[in-house]
Amino acid sequence: MNDLSMERAAFGSAHADTRTVVRLSEALLGDRGVIVDVRAEPTGEPHGVELGELQRRLLEFGFVEGARIELIHEGAIGHDPIAVKLDDMRVALRRRDAAEVLLVLDPA
Amino acid sequence: MNPAAPTRARDPALEPGSAPIPAGALRIALVGNPNSGKTALFNALTGGRAKVANYAGVTVERKEGVAHAPSGAAIKVLDLPGTYSLRARSPDEAVTRDAVLGRLAGEVPPDVIVCVADATNLRLVLRLVLELKAVGRPLVLALNMYDIAQRLGLRIDLEGLSAAIGAPVIPTVATRKRGIEDLLAQVETTGRGVAPSAGDQEENRWREPDATEIREAHRHAQQIMRAHVRPPEHPDTLTGKVDSVLLHPVGGLAILLALLFVMFQAVFSWAKPVMDLIQTGFDALGGEVGHLLPAGLLRSLLVDGVIAGVGSVLVFLPQIMILFFFIILLEDSGYMARAAFLMDKIMGGAGLHGRAFIPLLSSFACAIPGVMSTRVIDNRRDRLTTILVAPLMTCSARIPVYTLIIGAVIPQKTVLGFASLQGLVMFGLYAAGILSALGVSFVIRKLFWRGLSEPFMMELPTYKRPDPANVARNVLVRGQIFISRAGRIILPLMVVVWFIAVFPGPPAGAVGPAIDYSLAGLVGRAIQPVFAPIGFSWQMTIALIPGLAAREVAVAALGTVYAVGGGEANPAALAARLAHQWSLASGLAFLAWYVFAPQCMATLGVVKRETNSWTWPAVMFGYMVTLAYIAALIVYQSAAALGWA
Repeated sequence: MNDLSMERAAFGSAHADTRTVVRLSEALLGDRGVIVDVRAEPTGEPHGVELGELQRRLLEFGFVEGARIELIHEGAIGHDPIAVKLDDMRVALRRRDAAEVLLVLDPA
Repeated sequence: MNPAAPTRARDPALEPGSAPIPAGALRIALVGNPNSGKTALFNALTGGRAKVANYAGVTVERKEGVAHAPSGAAIKVLDLPGTYSLRARSPDEAVTRDAVLGRLAGEVPPDVIVCVADATNLRLVLRLVLELKAVGRPLVLALNMYDIAQRLGLRIDLEGLSAAIGAPVIPTVATRKRGIEDLLAQVETTGRGVAPSAGDQEENRWREPDATEIREAHRHAQQIMRAHVRPPEHPDTLTGKVDSVLLHPVGGLAILLALLFVMFQAVFSWAKPVMDLIQTGFDALGGEVGHLLPAGLLRSLLVDGVIAGVGSVLVFLPQIMILFFFIILLEDSGYMARAAFLMDKIMGGAGLHGRAFIPLLSSFACAIPGVMSTRVIDNRRDRLTTILVAPLMTCSARIPVYTLIIGAVIPQKTVLGFASLQGLVMFGLYAAGILSALGVSFVIRKLFWRGLSEPFMMELPTYKRPDPANVARNVLVRGQIFISRAGRIILPLMVVVWFIAVFPGPPAGAVGPAIDYSLAGLVGRAIQPVFAPIGFSWQMTIALIPGLAAREVAVAALGTVYAVGGGEANPAALAARLAHQWSLASGLAFLAWYVFAPQCMATLGVVKRETNSWTWPAVMFGYMVTLAYIAALIVYQSAAALGWA
């Protein structure tokens, strides 16, 4: 899940190729795909809890590898917070806390 | 069951008026995800009769009731705070964890755990079920909202699911009281199977799972789902459609604001007639008692202390019930989470949680329901911050004071061609309240609880039609809590304020108003030098003391010290008198003082009740007095420099 080609694609500029991996924090409204990784790595954003704790909370809320995810709503200011459809449920979170979730987008 | 268990003090068996519960009654605890209909199930099981208290030493609400099994046996039902996991992240969730593990001080461990699940949303709760299984206590899974699952065409293989999790599974529809008897019968059977002593129970294998174990549990839950639950044939599309309107970045906010406007109006205007009725009723009662008793201390205590005190507590009841009616409606329908989503960014700028806006908005009516409604905020620090700033919002009790002082010292003229100067000052006072609330919360979060703002993660539940009986019951419970708990704190404080305002009585032949000679008068004169730099005369200082009972009482108190009868009934005469006596600078300083000062014992009492400690009312009193003094000082000195003294 952590292979380098996907890692690099995550920071590519567009969602052009068919296996684009993006951070959930950078996903656009309407983006959909499958979660491929939920990390506990520093992204430079403070979360108020340590990274391992954030990761466990994300996992407990159902952000697990293999779950289907779609960005369905976003706030008016700075496109934040976001609401996602996660398998059958809807979850709201802030973009800064979503940075640890990586998803592979469905082919356009 | 140990009859000497420390929970006895709260035991319904010992409460007068309730049927005796045998000492060996089965105890069950309800555990489940938020939005699983756990409260509705609790109400269905217990008939809605709950004893509400706090757990010892924490601010978490403890709700217990009694159910009757088909066999006639009584079963004690404990409603534990909702959670997604036993790995507690908040004080509420820690209570759930500790109660389930049987290590909560003063709490007898439950004989059977009933896990309440939303049958239409099993994915996360199955992982919680696996965690609960590891605890080793007997477990029953209640598949609630089973009717909705059936309507969606969701097929659940109950036997297969039961075998897979190793616990009985009972479908229920709490709002229609379906499956309740089955659940109780199952709980009895399961509970009977275990000897009462903990030693005979299965071993507790639960410990905090790490990330790998959570993933593993999800995989396991997913396998169970795939094997025993067939996805819905007609999935719910309503929620998505409604959300596309209600969560629209612009339209959604507009709808939210409209909704809040209606709510705010209702709290103000619907409550008004009832509040007037209560006020009139208590005034009349006071009058009656006043006629019956000879003039003297007893009459004064009963009329001005007790009756006026009870009245001043009960007068808040209509606002509180109306407000909670709306809040419960918003919660039960699933909209509250959407409102928090829409407001999160705006509130977050001041370091507040998205859910803080309802309490803060409510505080425009009165800080008491505002503070009480901070219960919608899970995180303790987020909740405390909201409680601390709630009294800065301009409550309705400040309006009579503002109106009186503005009328007395601000000239009636038009500025900029259209705006009334008096109206502008009123607006400025409201704005000062809002800005200072945001400012104070910003300071609290940036200086004192830095970087501790928790991640905001929240399920947006599917929309549901609120159950009227459930809404009514929960509104009544809130009203009861307010009367019984807050009243017990507020009423004695009122009597204390009455005491210092009448003792000692004036000497024979005294000419000034009686309050001059009382403790309040003495204190008022003694502390007057402290208030001199902010331009308060000794009369103003004395009026502050009875004004501690409630802000609007200051109007009557000013009437008393200036010997103008009927300060409230005849504000024009009092305003004229004040206009004559007060300088503009003093008047403005008095207004600035009132924006910040904690001139309301009732609020402090409720904060004590809600935080279960005198620390937070003390902190609130301290910071508000400081702000009030500084604000009044700046206003008075600036105005004096402009020659308005």
